[in-house]
Amino acid sequence: MVFEIFTFSFMHRAIISGIAIAILCSVIGLFLVLRRYSLFGDAIAHSSFGGIALGLMAGIYPLWTAYGVSIVSALIMTRIKDKFNISGDASIAVLLSSGIAVGLVIIGLSGGFTLDIFSFLFGSILLVSVNDTILILALTGIILIVILLLYRQLLYSTFNEEQAKVSGIPVEKINYLIVFMAGITVVTSIQLVGVLLISALFVIPNVTAIMYGKGFKQTALLSMSFSIFSVVAGILISYVFDITPAGTIVLFAITIFACTMGLKHVGLLSRQN
Amino acid sequence: MKVVEIDHLTIEYPDVKAIDDVSFIVNQGDFLGIIGPNGAGKSTLFASMLSLNTKYKGTIKFFNTDIRKSKNYLKEIGYVPQKPIFERNFPATVNDVVKMGLQKESDENKIDEILQQLWIHELSERRIGELSGGQQQRVFIAKALVNNPKILILDEPVTGIDQQSIDLFYSILKELNSKQNITIIWSSHDLDAVQKLANHVACLNRTLFFHGESDDFFENNELVKQYSEASMQEHMHHH
Repeated sequence: MVFEIFTFSFMHRAIISGIAIAILCSVIGLFLVLRRYSLFGDAIAHSSFGGIALGLMAGIYPLWTAYGVSIVSALIMTRIKDKFNISGDASIAVLLSSGIAVGLVIIGLSGGFTLDIFSFLFGSILLVSVNDTILILALTGIILIVILLLYRQLLYSTFNEEQAKVSGIPVEKINYLIVFMAGITVVTSIQLVGVLLISALFVIPNVTAIMYGKGFKQTALLSMSFSIFSVVAGILISYVFDITPAGTIVLFAITIFACTMGLKHVGLLSRQN
Repeated sequence: MKVVEIDHLTIEYPDVKAIDDVSFIVNQGDFLGIIGPNGAGKSTLFASMLSLNTKYKGTIKFFNTDIRKSKNYLKEIGYVPQKPIFERNFPATVNDVVKMGLQKESDENKIDEILQQLWIHELSERRIGELSGGQQQRVFIAKALVNNPKILILDEPVTGIDQQSIDLFYSILKELNSKQNITIIWSSHDLDAVQKLANHVACLNRTLFFHGESDDFFENNELVKQYSEASMQEHMHHH
């Protein structure tokens, strides 16, 4: 039974897409966490709920409308935050609740489509199609290339905006780029863990990796490893025991986080931070 | 050779003039100490010189070009802020931080050289947040120097640092100026240090009360008294 699952093509697709999403979320999430923007992924995911409802109502593939709505609302919110000097957490709250509100109203207007909505709320990684897998791999590839090309600019403006500006880095454009990439990442990842648990993949592997006291690249690699392990183990175990993959994945991530805290507590992680 | 030219610079906030009609010139190789009490406008002046604040009247030229027209001059400048703000847990090593300042990846061996010069070579794999204030400040100088800047701008760089680190820091600045001919513009509260290091002095308190050779300033007892630490403190209390 255990080895049999590796022969199913839906399982291959789930694991390949899952690994790509794990890498993507941990890399984008590291920048968000360090910018004290941990819940931004959550806010974008909730705004995508409005987009999904819109797609279902209009008869368009819901993820396309989710991409549109999430990216546009994330960019608008960032602009409003800068222009009217609203704090990061308040802008997240506004974005989060407006997405859900729009979604609920649309669902009400169209008489409800509970079953489809359910798979977007909690993810449906075992149902990803070949086309979905190709799209996920392509987006992951493009975003990783952009991050590698602009690595110094992204890192520097995350570390200290003012100094990055003095070094001639276009900090504002970089900020919008991060929000844009976060929007794409969130909607892409909805298939894996759903709207409700997305921020777990952005935040938990990264706060875990940061505790190891390493430099930036090593921290990013550690975070990716934790994320990949949680996703693969979560998919396999959930299939074997017939439980929800999204919840299992997040519980694995939380277990690694708890073990790391334990190691730190007993002084096994060499450096304080 | 003129490297910086500030002409009739005025910066107004809704209820106060932070900088009032300030003009001065800095020549290549100058070591300029800018002194003045807290709130005298030193950081405001620097923010405009670094294009962080663009709402000012008058002109600022670097290398004979108006900084409103081109930001290319920033590549030739190393800046060390008063107290660099960063997340204490930020997963960046000393090496990572210095590398952020590097414009071209190809100059990576330059990093080792600079870390050695500033006596922080052994710390290169430590996280920035684990270091003492003095060590951190040296890391930020290393970052400012890694592109071979022509001008180094330092905003009260020794605030909250122990005396031993301050002495080391000053000897490094002196060497950079005398051996590598780097122009230094430095704001400070410490008149003794200014006397030892700077060859030019500017007294700023919203407007410019003096700008000239260091020796001329320190021969003028009235000015020295006015800008000595004690009277600056008193001045602060009055405000």
